[in-house]
Amino acid sequence: MNVENTQGQPETVAPAIELRGISKAFGPVQANKDISIRVMPGTIHGIIGENGAGKSTLMSILYGFYKADAGTILINGQETQIPDSQAAIAAGIGMVFQHFKLVENFSVLENVVLGAEEGEMLRPSLAKARKLLKELADEYELHVDPDKLVEDLGVGMQQRVEILKALYRQADILILDEPTGVLTPAEADHLFRILEGLRAQGKTIILITHKLREIMEITDTVSVMRRGEMTATVKTKDTNVEELAELMVGRKVLLRVDKKPATPGDTVLEVKDLRMVDDHGVERLKGIDLHVKAGEILGIAGVSGNGQSELLKVLGGFANGTGEIRINDDPIDLTGKHSDGRSRRERGISHVPEDRQHLGLIMDFTAWENLAFGYHHAPEYQKNKLLMDNAGMIETAQGEMDRFDVRPPNPMLSAKNFSGGNQQKIVLAREIERNPDLLLVGQPTRGVDIGAIEFIHQRIIDLRDQGKAILLVSVELEEILSMSDRIAVMFDGHIMGERLPAETDEKELGLLMAGVTDTKGAA
Amino acid sequence: MEKMPRWADVALIPILNLIIAFALSALVILAIGEDPVAAVKMMVTGALGSTYGWGYTLYYTTNFIFTGLAVSIAFQAAMFNIGGEGQAAMGGLGVALVCLYIPFPHWALALVFAMAGGALFGAFWAAIPAYLQAKRGSHIVITTIMFNFIAASLLNYLLVNVLRPQGSMDPASARFPEPTRLPTFQDMFSTAENVMFRGTPANVTFFIALLACVGVYFLMWRSRLGYEIRAFGKNPAASIYAGISPFKLTMIAMLISGGLSGMMSINNTMGESERLIMNSVEGAGFIGIAVALMGRNHPFGVLLAAFLFGFLYQGGGELALWTKIPRELITVIQAFVIMFTGALDNMVRMPVERMFIRAAKRREG
Amino acid sequence: MDFLTILQIMDSAVRLATPLLLACLAGLFSERAGIFDIGLEGKILASAFFSAGVAALTGSVWLGLLAGVGASMVFSAIHGLASITFQGNQLISGVALNFFASGITVLVGEAWFSLGGRTPSLSGGERFSPIELPLSETIMPVPVAGPLYHDLISGHTFLVYIALIAVPASWFLLYRTRFGLRLRAVGENPAAVDTAGVSVIKLRYAAMVIAGVLCGLAGVYLATGLAAGFVKEMSAGRGYIALAALIFAKWRPWHALGATMLFGLLEAIANRYQSIDLGGIVIPVQFMQALPYILTVLILAGFGGKAIGPRAGGVPYVKER
Repeated sequence: MNVENTQGQPETVAPAIELRGISKAFGPVQANKDISIRVMPGTIHGIIGENGAGKSTLMSILYGFYKADAGTILINGQETQIPDSQAAIAAGIGMVFQHFKLVENFSVLENVVLGAEEGEMLRPSLAKARKLLKELADEYELHVDPDKLVEDLGVGMQQRVEILKALYRQADILILDEPTGVLTPAEADHLFRILEGLRAQGKTIILITHKLREIMEITDTVSVMRRGEMTATVKTKDTNVEELAELMVGRKVLLRVDKKPATPGDTVLEVKDLRMVDDHGVERLKGIDLHVKAGEILGIAGVSGNGQSELLKVLGGFANGTGEIRINDDPIDLTGKHSDGRSRRERGISHVPEDRQHLGLIMDFTAWENLAFGYHHAPEYQKNKLLMDNAGMIETAQGEMDRFDVRPPNPMLSAKNFSGGNQQKIVLAREIERNPDLLLVGQPTRGVDIGAIEFIHQRIIDLRDQGKAILLVSVELEEILSMSDRIAVMFDGHIMGERLPAETDEKELGLLMAGVTDTKGAA
Repeated sequence: MEKMPRWADVALIPILNLIIAFALSALVILAIGEDPVAAVKMMVTGALGSTYGWGYTLYYTTNFIFTGLAVSIAFQAAMFNIGGEGQAAMGGLGVALVCLYIPFPHWALALVFAMAGGALFGAFWAAIPAYLQAKRGSHIVITTIMFNFIAASLLNYLLVNVLRPQGSMDPASARFPEPTRLPTFQDMFSTAENVMFRGTPANVTFFIALLACVGVYFLMWRSRLGYEIRAFGKNPAASIYAGISPFKLTMIAMLISGGLSGMMSINNTMGESERLIMNSVEGAGFIGIAVALMGRNHPFGVLLAAFLFGFLYQGGGELALWTKIPRELITVIQAFVIMFTGALDNMVRMPVERMFIRAAKRREG
Repeated sequence: MDFLTILQIMDSAVRLATPLLLACLAGLFSERAGIFDIGLEGKILASAFFSAGVAALTGSVWLGLLAGVGASMVFSAIHGLASITFQGNQLISGVALNFFASGITVLVGEAWFSLGGRTPSLSGGERFSPIELPLSETIMPVPVAGPLYHDLISGHTFLVYIALIAVPASWFLLYRTRFGLRLRAVGENPAAVDTAGVSVIKLRYAAMVIAGVLCGLAGVYLATGLAAGFVKEMSAGRGYIALAALIFAKWRPWHALGATMLFGLLEAIANRYQSIDLGGIVIPVQFMQALPYILTVLILAGFGGKAIGPRAGGVPYVKER
């Protein structure tokens, strides 16, 4: 690394990017508040913050997607207007979005050329691009078959296409938004090598992430965002994970969970050789064995996309699987009529899904309608054989909202009008108040403000202490470590191993998450 | 935080949309050299000024309630059923077969069976596109359009080659037997000294339509099935999570929708023409789209919108009779209503929302 | 069936297919850009009326052509306003435009001509006349090829040839030019186009313009080439058949030619025979009329390869938060 080099530059060098007093509001929500930042050329600059801290909005302003309400942008010391993506590209900015912006049934070559064609006719552009692409591939280790259709490429390869797109447009400044969220650890390492190579060539890179480890590993400078504001910018070598975490959440301790040791009872959930093949014919679960006892929390750790979502789907009854699942020693159906979400609920399985906005809630439904969602067949919600008891449902909802401290406690309000944390409390209230034998929880605190996090964690632990079994899936290692009574790590559709939280650490779990089974020497 | 108060969403914006639609219609009347104020007066007199006018207005209203409810239920399930026309035509076939081939002792019994027949045929005609959408992902808008044309050809064939009585030149079925004749408003409300609704087609079906509105209200807003239909329409992925089968819901919503369209024909075929004729639906299936959009997919709104279109239809007929303004003015008004309450809703909504947000900010700051 | 009959049916098929082909290509550009266009029917109707109306009033079919294409483009512009600018429902907008066309043509027709929604019959310079291709009389005596050239290939109005040329032209534009690449991309993933620095809105409006012109020509041909004047509802579902052909062709130009020719042929046969006797099995004419729709449903149902339209079709482009 050439940190000395970049740090040793004289102050007279203009920053590659300088933002001064950027503000942006979406309707009533202030997404960015008076943000100023300087990114020096030839460095990797990390921007870190929780979900919803305003990082992506800031970068979208820089890329011309949104117009800032106030503030100025300077590129290489020159004040620059960026009204649209075209202007951003012209200013030498390239962006790799979290969700790739590729045309799936176009070839790699067509995707790279799109928008940066040479003339009216296509053929000369494609021929020229093919040549340039080969040069770029050789230079930066970015080999991709130019004639392959993008839909036939893996996620890691698609990301390379995005980077190539930016380089083809001669970007000097590259912004990557949560680039490792979808990557395996090996792919992420490869990406970091590419980024280091780009820095060595003098490119400026902005890395947006919420993963502290990545920041420490690769950045030269790091800026922290919280609730739309830039709270600090520090040199990476002068800081540490604890300090960054504190800056991110605004208080010293990120996670504190008061919990007594578990007193596990009988096995509630038993899974044997569970397999699942997705719609594209890819095997996502490759023989999962696990069990959860009454009164314990089993945490499932792993990088996103290693089968955790599919595990929850099969257990929750909205994807088919093969193998065996037993609840209280009774098998449940994995295919057919009795393998849907309703049947699961009738068997005492509640489910707080990973994506509350897409799965857990109907955003246009009122809170009371949402609080019955999935349980609307329950006898207590019926007035008679034909009709539901709307008035009674509203009353029940009011009680649940009070007990779960949902704010504002108004059951007539649509779900979309609540904040992320309060939406999650609605889902949690619905699933916990049903007094399930087994609670499935996916990413319980994603996009949830810190105050609500503690509340949500406490409710889950209370449920455990009532003797219920809990399966917790989270990509946040700290959450897994502090909540779980046992930890299973998933990688590539397998359970790589099980550990007790007291006898392991982030390092060992990280190795398991990367698919390394022999952790004895490393731990 | 709410972008704007509920009353603005439910009342203000639809009313603004309608005002624009009617203002443009007035401009069209001006442009063809007629007087919009006089036209409106004539329409009101023609449609609402006598029991004769009411008799026609309510007859049309009945048609539009059925097709409007049909479109609205499909809309609630996030499907655009543009096939009301074909489903109602097929419903007419069902009604005709029931009336022609089952000997009934009394009209009430005939009505029950005819309703079943019409609903069954209409539902069947909606079932195929629904199945193709649910199982094969075939776009229901396109398939229902295609089924409108197929229904037209099929009825054309049946009326010319099969149902036409021997010796008749008219492509229509035989007249239904006397016991199937439904009581008209004239039968029901006239007294010996005072004949009301003379010669108008409004009949007992109007009350069935009102009952259908109530039924649809309870179905959509008070029953589990309606809850599931609405949930599925708003978020199909979440519905699967909740254990609601997309296949089942798509089928059920479309069957109900098609059934309601089909039931319309107890009004026009059994109640009015008393035989199955070519093109008996006369565009009512399409007007259902405007009615559902204007009524915001709520049965009460549908009832109001159906009445408005019933009024326009009868009033428009009167206009064509007494002025140079052709009936097709109604089609233009219908187009404006669909455009502004449907496709161009955002043209009004966006500025109104911004206005409310600005007002909210001023209050805070 | 003798050779002459076949030739006559084929000739009629080409004429009947021409408006379908033009409208189908119009729909192709629109849908390839991600805008559903069930308003083809209305555009054809409006263009047919205004071309015939203006031709009748001015005596010039060329002014009629301008008026027809202009009317169709106004419709396209409204559709663009609703679907692109105001991010409305494209299907609802299309339905509204179809109603608008069927109402306004009669309203204006009554105001202009007082003929119950018709225009006066067009003749002479108010219509497009057939073009005799070179040598058609010379080759005529040659068996088979002569009559084929003289009756089938030669002797159509210039709009027929425009429609035929539009097929390779569309193919070239879509697959060989920068504009085509971007247009296809915007129908598949508008976000990719937007982030590549190209305006989604401009591209989609450009597609609306092309669709407006092509659909306008379809209407012009209908009222001033195929028929001699406008009658109420004269589009008679052709816009929907063109839509069906578009699906049948799976959104590809050359296949659109094939599909519209097939549907034109079916219509020509249906026009000529009341029923067709196929060795004991009698096919009623109504079945022939319904066949394009039945075939399209079968294609949509996935028989004969899946018909998957452009992936961003029907969805307004809203930048994500």
